[in-house]
Amino acid sequence: MAGTQPDIAPGRLSAAEIERNFADLHPPLSKSAALIAADRCYFCFAAPCTTACPTGIDIPRFIQSIRSGDLEGAARTILSENIMGGMCARVCPTEVLCEQACVRDGHEDRPVDIGLLQRYATDPFLGSGTRLFERAAPTGKRVAVVGGGPAGLSCGHRLACLGHQVTILSRDGKLGGLNEYGIAAYKTVDDFAQREVNYILAIGGIEVRTSTNLGKELSLARLCRDYDAVFLAVGLAGVNKLDLESEDRPGVIDAVKYIAELRQAPDKSRLPVGRHIVVIGGGMTAIDVAVQSRKLGAEEVTIVYRRGKEQMGASGFEQDLAQSAGVRIRHWARPTRLLGDAHVTAVEFEYTRAGANGGLEGAGGIFTLPADVVFKAIGQELGWDELGSAAGILRTTRGRIAVDANRRTSLDNVWAGGDCVAGGRDLTVTAVQDGKLAAEAINRYLTAGG
Amino acid sequence: MNDTGRGNAAVDLGSEFLGIKSPNPFWLASAPPTDKAYNVNRAFEAGWGGAVWKTLGEDPPIVNVSGPRYGAIHSNDRRVIGFINVELITDRPLATNLGEIRQIKRDWPDRALVVSVMLPMNRESWAKYVPMIEDTGADGLELNFGCPHGMSERGMGSAVGQVPEYIRQATAWCKAFARVPVIIKLTPNVTNILGPAKAAKDGGADAVSLINTLNSIMRVDYDTLSMYPNTDGMGSHGGYCGPAVKPIALHMVAEIARNQATKGLPISGIGGITDWRDAVDFLALGASNVQVCTAAMVYGFRIITDLTDGLSHFLRDKGMTRVADLVGRAVPSVTDWQYLNLNYVVKARIDQELCIKCGRCHIVCEDASHQAITNTVNGERRFEVIDKECVGCNLCVSVCPVADCITMERLTSGIDTRTGRAIVSEKADWTTHPNNPLRR
Repeated sequence: MAGTQPDIAPGRLSAAEIERNFADLHPPLSKSAALIAADRCYFCFAAPCTTACPTGIDIPRFIQSIRSGDLEGAARTILSENIMGGMCARVCPTEVLCEQACVRDGHEDRPVDIGLLQRYATDPFLGSGTRLFERAAPTGKRVAVVGGGPAGLSCGHRLACLGHQVTILSRDGKLGGLNEYGIAAYKTVDDFAQREVNYILAIGGIEVRTSTNLGKELSLARLCRDYDAVFLAVGLAGVNKLDLESEDRPGVIDAVKYIAELRQAPDKSRLPVGRHIVVIGGGMTAIDVAVQSRKLGAEEVTIVYRRGKEQMGASGFEQDLAQSAGVRIRHWARPTRLLGDAHVTAVEFEYTRAGANGGLEGAGGIFTLPADVVFKAIGQELGWDELGSAAGILRTTRGRIAVDANRRTSLDNVWAGGDCVAGGRDLTVTAVQDGKLAAEAINRYLTAGG
Repeated sequence: MNDTGRGNAAVDLGSEFLGIKSPNPFWLASAPPTDKAYNVNRAFEAGWGGAVWKTLGEDPPIVNVSGPRYGAIHSNDRRVIGFINVELITDRPLATNLGEIRQIKRDWPDRALVVSVMLPMNRESWAKYVPMIEDTGADGLELNFGCPHGMSERGMGSAVGQVPEYIRQATAWCKAFARVPVIIKLTPNVTNILGPAKAAKDGGADAVSLINTLNSIMRVDYDTLSMYPNTDGMGSHGGYCGPAVKPIALHMVAEIARNQATKGLPISGIGGITDWRDAVDFLALGASNVQVCTAAMVYGFRIITDLTDGLSHFLRDKGMTRVADLVGRAVPSVTDWQYLNLNYVVKARIDQELCIKCGRCHIVCEDASHQAITNTVNGERRFEVIDKECVGCNLCVSVCPVADCITMERLTSGIDTRTGRAIVSEKADWTTHPNNPLRR
């Protein structure tokens, strides 16, 4: 196969087919479906679903409000704990969070549709102009939030509510972070990420500066001087390497970058798509790039993961979703060689197995998969160059920023949250919680004695 | 065993009420489903054992509102739990009804056809109309002393049913001219059903049927803050029925069945019957047959198959061959509170295998009862009964979403740790309790 031309072309499917393929993964509940779904909630004591929610939403309470027809009450309950309750209703892996904890799941193998109910309760309030939160009187304190993703927006909104003046500094052109650039398109249709951002900013007291990079236009030391507190929510800008020879050759693409392009593409039918695609990795990014490639018309998409099904970062639901989209998932294999003269044409893998000490080892034997495109989806890293001077002064743990329970860093007036901190789960919902906790801690810091 | 659910030879659902025969004990109650030959025909085709024709009155007929006549309380999945109506008696000319009744009885000789009647409180009316109605060949008469709206404002319906002397008098007038059996339909809008039942008996009634509907207002319209449903902005109270009223009806049926003064008076049970188990309740508590309205209005006549199939399977499983075997079986278990055995001690038991850990038993016991259920045991989410606090109230059983997960276990020996008293097998009730100032 080496030497043949790669088969990469846009428009493998008609625009209409692509539009159908990228329709809402979970269409919203109708009113009657919502009432029936709500009726299934047992209104548990110290509800396990609430315990399982990283943002601690009082789920039985908001479902009771849906039952009684008080959607505003439901939305307030959700958004006061999680200002991105709308996005989380779409992207949370509920099957391993609230819905896994639902007592109905154990009882009848079918949990209450908490995610869909949360969407039902919050959708009417985004874009409606109804303000559920009001700002407290101005405190005169200024906080810099670096990063416009879920953690930054959550922190900024909470601080603004508390009366502080917030400046969000984002390296991207739009706010939203991975909600805008990363999450699979069929999970957040109709420009939902931007609608949510607009709703969050409507609280007031938040200044936004886009296309501003820490380490270039900004330095942490300067921010610490100019602002009363700083919240770092810079995400993970760097991409892990495969550590293969000539990994930078044409056809080997960073999955995160491709998904960002896809999310921003005004016309998906004009995106170039490979015929044979190999995705290396086992997390959500791997699933998202694989499924979206199929939806764009790729003929064969194979995810290759070095360990087994159980070790994959993607949930069982996501794995099933990929397989039902026609993605093949191969476990226990790792890439050893990229084939092709210049452009990649195939990938050689060796079989793997868990060694005696739990480490990965070669199991003997190789196989080759043809590939017009190879997506790297083996995780991301902090991207120290962007953090620039901050790198030297912030304590880190395993390559990420170290924080305490209140998301405070090793620096006195710097907090951090979202994917860039150590110990997180790399989910939108945990990023929102980080932002919320940090905002509360920053508020305590700013108002103590004042 | 017959698993088709039909035609079980061992069980005969055939019913005889006051000598009126029907292939099963399920009659349609006097109501909109029995207003016309068209409906009754369809009901009998579907398999209903009998029908009580919608109440006839004097000519000229009454008129009904052309606005809403019905309203409902729904569950969130729109199941009708309670139902209200402001429809009056038949609004068709008497001759039309009599002609159709005559034809239906001719077409369906094996079905019970009883005619509901509502007439003013004077002897002449009964003298005039009773023979006309009997002439149709109908099997019996049911006197509507129950309708609580509209007609009651004109001195009929529940206005009669709420005054025992009126019941006795009207019953006696009717009986003076009737050759067929006369059933008195009672209103539940009274403080004690025994007065009206006794009055019916004293007037010569062959049987009573109950309950009719309850005075009620469904709700308000949350937009206009006026009564809902309403007619052009105004509403009058209606009659409430459906599954929610069944317990009220069962109590009244049982009272008549067990009270010395009314015992033995045949009862046709009515009130919220939707499935065969509801019918079992009425029959076991003393009704000889049952009448159904709301369920037919909500689901259509086809519900009769579940009623007959389910009842015949139930009777078979109980080793009974006839409906009569079931009638009154639970009546001896109904008594006054003062005779309940105060030495009977139960404790809730939670089956940890079935428990889904919703914690509802804990929170209701904590907030509304006796703080007798844990929420944490050895650091784990776990719900266990604390015998020392449990009064055996059954609240946890009532709220548990899992059937049979929580049960009540009788203590037969040892000490009740809550009271510190020994469990004894002798019965003792309030009548002899030392705290009772009036003890014997």
